[in-house]
Amino acid sequence: MAKRVGLEVSVAVGDAAKLADVDVVAAYPITPQTHIVEHLAELVANGELRAAYIPVESEHSAMSACLGASAVGARTFTATASQGLELMHEVLYVASALRLPIVMAVVNRALSAPISIWCDHSDAMAVRDSGWIQMFVENGQEAVDNVICAFRIGEDRRVLLPVMIHLDGFSLSHVIEPIILPEQSEVARFLPPYDPPLPLDPEKPVTVGAFAPPFIYTEVKWAQEMTLEGAKEVILECWREFANTFGRHYSPVESYRTEGAKVLLMTMGSLSETAMVAVDKMRDEGKEVGLIKLRLWRPFPFAELRQAVRDAEVLIVLDRALSFGGPGGPVCSEVKAALYREARRPEVVGFVGGLGGRDISMADFEEMVNQGIKLAEAGSEREFEIFGVRE
Amino acid sequence: MMETMAVHGPGIITEEEPFTPGHRACSGCGEALSVRLAAKAIGNNAIIVNATGCMEVVASPFPHTSWRIPWIHTLFENTAAVASGAEAGLRALVKKGKRPEKNVKVVALAGDGGTSDIGLQALSGALERGHDLVYICLDNEAYMNTGIQRSSATPFGASTTTSPAGRESLGQVTWKKNLPAIAVAHDIPYVATACPSYHRDLMKKVAKALEVKGPAYIHVLSVCPVGWRCATEDTIKVGRLAVRTGVFPLYEVENGQYKLSLTLTKLEPVDSYLKLQGRFRHLTEDTIKIIQERVNREYAKLVEMASKSSPSG
Repeated sequence: MAKRVGLEVSVAVGDAAKLADVDVVAAYPITPQTHIVEHLAELVANGELRAAYIPVESEHSAMSACLGASAVGARTFTATASQGLELMHEVLYVASALRLPIVMAVVNRALSAPISIWCDHSDAMAVRDSGWIQMFVENGQEAVDNVICAFRIGEDRRVLLPVMIHLDGFSLSHVIEPIILPEQSEVARFLPPYDPPLPLDPEKPVTVGAFAPPFIYTEVKWAQEMTLEGAKEVILECWREFANTFGRHYSPVESYRTEGAKVLLMTMGSLSETAMVAVDKMRDEGKEVGLIKLRLWRPFPFAELRQAVRDAEVLIVLDRALSFGGPGGPVCSEVKAALYREARRPEVVGFVGGLGGRDISMADFEEMVNQGIKLAEAGSEREFEIFGVRE
Repeated sequence: MMETMAVHGPGIITEEEPFTPGHRACSGCGEALSVRLAAKAIGNNAIIVNATGCMEVVASPFPHTSWRIPWIHTLFENTAAVASGAEAGLRALVKKGKRPEKNVKVVALAGDGGTSDIGLQALSGALERGHDLVYICLDNEAYMNTGIQRSSATPFGASTTTSPAGRESLGQVTWKKNLPAIAVAHDIPYVATACPSYHRDLMKKVAKALEVKGPAYIHVLSVCPVGWRCATEDTIKVGRLAVRTGVFPLYEVENGQYKLSLTLTKLEPVDSYLKLQGRFRHLTEDTIKIIQERVNREYAKLVEMASKSSPSG
């Protein structure tokens, strides 16, 4: 039985890729992703992981090398952050459209300019239309478990899509947490070998990445959409199986102390842990406040979200990204869209905060709840509020 | 030149066509010819990684394909990186016993824009890391697929749609970037130039590149009648003149040692090459003289490098 040990989360993410017995790692260093790829380089150098490690010259090439490796049938892993993810942007679309189940850890970091090495979710939100499965984890254990799940989900014949595991830069990636690393043998039983349907192989030649005239492009994109939507069932199945095997449960939308809650907070990523403590405090004070944690971002869990918030009066969504000139935070905007047709729905209040590493404390969450309730009652001309800004 | 074809051609060239007829290249396309000949030399035990560009467009309009061997196209500038991943992936899978060792070759194909401009960084990375692959640059000296825009491989004086000749300009005002020299600077085991007008030489070089352990780079001048504004039936002739004038000399660089592929006792005047092409028709005698001097100088440098190189390589 695997033991619980103190591990830096980045190192544990590298260990998870090793437990998945990846064949190829192609990566380019960027803060705060570096510890993951350094650890993998070390594992390969020491012979603890039998994989080809490609130290590429850019993130564009990192993801491109992943395309080539995955296309010949190799289990492929990479990690990046922020500008690195942006530099990969066009390649991400190709990975999903060519149905290559690459797994990537994205250590969330703000986008330039001004340059900031600290966390927010603007990098993740900028790639939400790239056709990848995207999930946000809140602690190291979730990161490890879901890197392993990501291979099983992505490589499933019903899916064959790449997966991003989002973990917050520094506040999660660089902390040491108690983590259970599953045994290699357990992972090997849980995660079948990658068996690609059409690898590049001279024995059975295929043309991959042909050019699509207008008569077929729409059908290709629709098939891709159907597959990504359908991937949710496979994700749920994987998480059920994971719970049966390892005893840890995951769901697309998680509710924390929401029983009878009139007001719900909604968060993604590592801030969820702070929010839980804040909710505990408010509950102790007799306030009917609960927390919704959004783990699965793509495919968007519409049904689960509607179900989770239907009894609340106010839903306060915290976004760590800003869609300039638009409706505010991308998460809040999508939540609103998801609830639009619901006969019974909470008043939705959007806050954008925690940008570029700005901390959100317990007290801040309490303040957000207080402000949110007022805004829900009084209404606002603004689509969203920016939290904690000095004007 | 036709005598050479008649004597050596039919008996020596394999009838196999990994790159099949029926593709949609323009008539007289030197690039499609380069690919056809290279594919014959490559054979069936290979994976082709193709950049966006003419050869991707003409060969893969869904549901058709011109490739009988595995072929992948992803983007424009990342061909060398995709090829790196494919090569590393094959190596890892073989090492781990997940794929049988069959010595499958990885060959990257890209145009001059995809190589010398937008793809230069990925190419440099792949060459520097020492991947066991062959990279073939199909150089038709401009962005032909998008409509004859200049690249850094466009020669001095050529009129293109983004370096048009006009009252204030003689067309392209910069000299062609020397990609083979850049490849050589990476200290890779094999670099060569080729042209389909010298078909056996081209195939021999591709075959040699495949045998080399490590990165090999072949730069193939591919006449484009549409972009060069020359007669479609002159493709072979124009390519041959590019070589015989010294504008595009054929050579190999094995482990840093230069070797000329042809012995040219006397260079033909560049004018004989330029005058067949509409892209140079605005050039004055003075400009042609500048080009001639540059060609003489560059060719002399090459001859000197070859003479300094040890014959054994």
